[in-house]
Amino acid sequence: MSDPQSALGGAVYQGYLTVKDAGAQGMLTLRGDHATLGAAVKAATEQGVPAQRQIEGGLGGGAAWASPDELLLFCDYSAAPEALEKARKALEGQYFLAADVSDARAIFTLEGPGIRDLLAKLCPADFAPKALPTGEFRRSHIGQVAAAFWLESEERATVVCFRSVAQYMFDLLSKAAEPGSELGYFAPTAS
Amino acid sequence: MLKFTCPYCGIEASETELHAGGEAHLKRYGPGSADEEFEGYLFLRKNPKGVHLERWRHAMGCGKWFLAARHTSTLEVFGTYPAQTHEPPAEILEKIRAKYPEALK
Ligand SMILES: [Zn+2]
Repeated sequence: MSDPQSALGGAVYQGYLTVKDAGAQGMLTLRGDHATLGAAVKAATEQGVPAQRQIEGGLGGGAAWASPDELLLFCDYSAAPEALEKARKALEGQYFLAADVSDARAIFTLEGPGIRDLLAKLCPADFAPKALPTGEFRRSHIGQVAAAFWLESEERATVVCFRSVAQYMFDLLSKAAEPGSELGYFAPTAS
Repeated sequence: MLKFTCPYCGIEASETELHAGGEAHLKRYGPGSADEEFEGYLFLRKNPKGVHLERWRHAMGCGKWFLAARHTSTLEVFGTYPAQTHEPPAEILEKIRAKYPEALK
């Protein structure tokens, strides 16, 4: 067996918060009528179908609302082929699309204070806690590239982007995390 | 800044998340139509300075096409509605006509 390689091989930048390539991550795209996807989501991730813009679970087993007819599922990288099979079986006879997109994407985690401030430098989304509560899966763009992200807590967030732009994303997040560049708008700065 | 609320994901999206798709509610003239009709469908737009009904795509977001009513010089937004709508909703038309009685004629 070959070793799965994430886009940046686990690169880490330590700034006022930590930017980390989260490693190889299992991901499935599931498209269809959300009302009919429940069994497939359960079989692939052990989670329920998320409500609009929500994510159920996390990287170890999760389901995120991507559009009115699309979900992004998360599982361990090695479990993705089997999860895909389970989802397909559960949807037999229905109109759907299921694809393993693990190798098409890159995942970064942000850990530390000031996540809302950091992302607000790079993205047009409203990062006020009311507009983007924890557990909300937001699709937008970070810098020049499409991205999706959610905050698990005020000190932990996950960013998803296309693998082809992983280096750009890492550089951008790292630059925005340079010590001394804290905005202190949403979170008080340490210094 | 121009902002539209996407009717599919509910996000108030700023312009950089969106892609403009031109005039909405066009009647398509395809094979078998007269040359003038096809030309009109393909090329001819009124494009007034004022109220427009337009197609927009939440490209950097949920990816869906939707329709929007806005004023092109004041950037007022009268509302957004799903792409599967053949005519602008009555409440949006009312809002437009209350302020711009001559619009969309
Ligand atoms: Zn949307």
